[in-house]
Amino acid sequence: MADTKRMQTVAGIILVFILFLTGPFILPVYWTMILTEILIMGLLAMSFNLLFGYTGLLSFGQAGFFGVGAYATALFLSKGGNSLFVSLVAALGAGAVAALVIGFLCVRRDEIYFAMITLGFGMMLYTVAHNWLSLTGGSDGLPLLNVPALNLLGREFSLFDPNVMYLFVLTVTALCIFFLWRVVRSPFGLMLTAIRENKQRLAFVGAGVQHLRLAAFVIAGALAGMAGGLFCLFNAMATPDILHWGFSSRPVLMTVLGGSGIFFGPLFGAAIFFGLEQLITSMTENWMIFLGIILVPVVIFFPHGILGTLMDWMRTRTKRAP
Amino acid sequence: MESFLINLLNGLSWGMLLFLISLGLTTVFGVLGILNFAHGSFFMLGAYLCMQIMHIMPSFWSGILVGPLVVALLGVLIERVLLRKVYGRDISFQLLLTFAILLVLDDAVRIIWGPGYHVVEPPAILSGVFTLGTRTYPVYRLFLVIAGPLVGLALWLFFQFSRWGRIIRAAAMDREMAEGVGIRVPMLFTVVFALGTWLAAFGGALAAPHQSLAPSMGERIIIESFIVVVCGGMGSFPGAFAGALILGLFESFGTVFLGSAQMAVPYILLAAVLLVRPYGFFGREV
Repeated sequence: MADTKRMQTVAGIILVFILFLTGPFILPVYWTMILTEILIMGLLAMSFNLLFGYTGLLSFGQAGFFGVGAYATALFLSKGGNSLFVSLVAALGAGAVAALVIGFLCVRRDEIYFAMITLGFGMMLYTVAHNWLSLTGGSDGLPLLNVPALNLLGREFSLFDPNVMYLFVLTVTALCIFFLWRVVRSPFGLMLTAIRENKQRLAFVGAGVQHLRLAAFVIAGALAGMAGGLFCLFNAMATPDILHWGFSSRPVLMTVLGGSGIFFGPLFGAAIFFGLEQLITSMTENWMIFLGIILVPVVIFFPHGILGTLMDWMRTRTKRAP
Repeated sequence: MESFLINLLNGLSWGMLLFLISLGLTTVFGVLGILNFAHGSFFMLGAYLCMQIMHIMPSFWSGILVGPLVVALLGVLIERVLLRKVYGRDISFQLLLTFAILLVLDDAVRIIWGPGYHVVEPPAILSGVFTLGTRTYPVYRLFLVIAGPLVGLALWLFFQFSRWGRIIRAAAMDREMAEGVGIRVPMLFTVVFALGTWLAAFGGALAAPHQSLAPSMGERIIIESFIVVVCGGMGSFPGAFAGALILGLFESFGTVFLGSAQMAVPYILLAAVLLVRPYGFFGREV
């Protein structure tokens, strides 16, 4: 029984992946680009959910690491670096290092304090990006003058082609998500869930709660950095506004919309988020107010998110069926 | 010496604003157990409403009296209709709900008053400058330095000695016990939340002649008051006072010693406190 269920899950994931693969061949270019953005922001939201959904830590500064990754990629490529692979490793590494330093301070507190502190340090990173003119270009940001082509089987593919970009982002995102999947299924991932459920009990049986939290924070920061690196390649630009707390709220909102209790919830939430954004910005400029108005009933009536509520509903239906 | 005095006054006036804002934040948290992300938006709303009311009744004093009251009424409405639904829930949902309120309020301000800057003139009696040796200093900032502690003192006396203050402290200490001895806790929560929003809006109205009004004005104050309450210890009156004063002074003297790196001061303070006293100056380990 458990085996068939597992098979079903794997089959479902492969099916969705294939659907994603066919995307650029069916959709118009505009929607391919939206889909690329959904994947990048979905990765950011999933990295956030490792902290929020699994470890029980609400981070309001995840955009800081996203931005650090974006700037790492931009700096590497604008200072003469010419390797796509290294530019993304730089984003991953920069996100991890920033998360290690900031996490060292943040994991000392939890609950609302954690949210306040991560918000503060995220804004610190924003301040740095916004004001260190000589390094980051200030509020103008750092444009990417050359994006190295993708070398595959002796052929070169330009990332300026939206379809190539999409498939590239899809591959990297899928790898990162697979890594996250392994993390949350590992003994380490179970320990994180145990922190969320009862940190005292975990401490009493001898686990180092702060070290585990820090490890989760670093993993989340590294993946956020990776997403930032992709975002920088996608926009051919790194700007300070992606470090702002307004941007940090996006992964939070996506996760809540999708459902924090489900592994793929944040990705689904990202899709809803962008769908809503497209729908609302086509009617009015002030889309944040509508986002707020939508968020209120979601928080009050659908605490498990939209995907979560849907799955709960399906579960009760299958149970009732003979 | 003169520049020292000017920096001192600058630090004190900003610190007093921070104190009023942190006070509302910490009181609401102490009693309701909710961290209000939208607190900075109420601050901003207070400033804008003060300005709007001054267009109708052209006096700063009417603005500062009526504006915060209107915001407090909005607070009552928000508590009754929205917050009440999430008291038993996980802390993150409470945070998210107040965050949604923040999104709505901030965008509403942008829609109503536009994204540009507005200026509010201080009342005639407090406008102008006084001389300080060879330099001049705005009178209004001096007024802030005096008004802040007075409001703080009034609140402290209210909490310490009045009947309502005692009831609020009792409810903060033990909700169930307070309910058991006949205190109407739901009503009390509404009153406290209204008080918190009033404080934020009052701070905003006080700040209006001190700084220009822009839709981003709530943002700086909420982040800095978060730092104040983390440093001072959440729920602590003296903690909020000490934290706000220290942050205000550090920031104003930071401009002298650090130049453009001054913007990092709040975060350095936060990092230092987390390293040395992770539960804040007056906080207790939980």
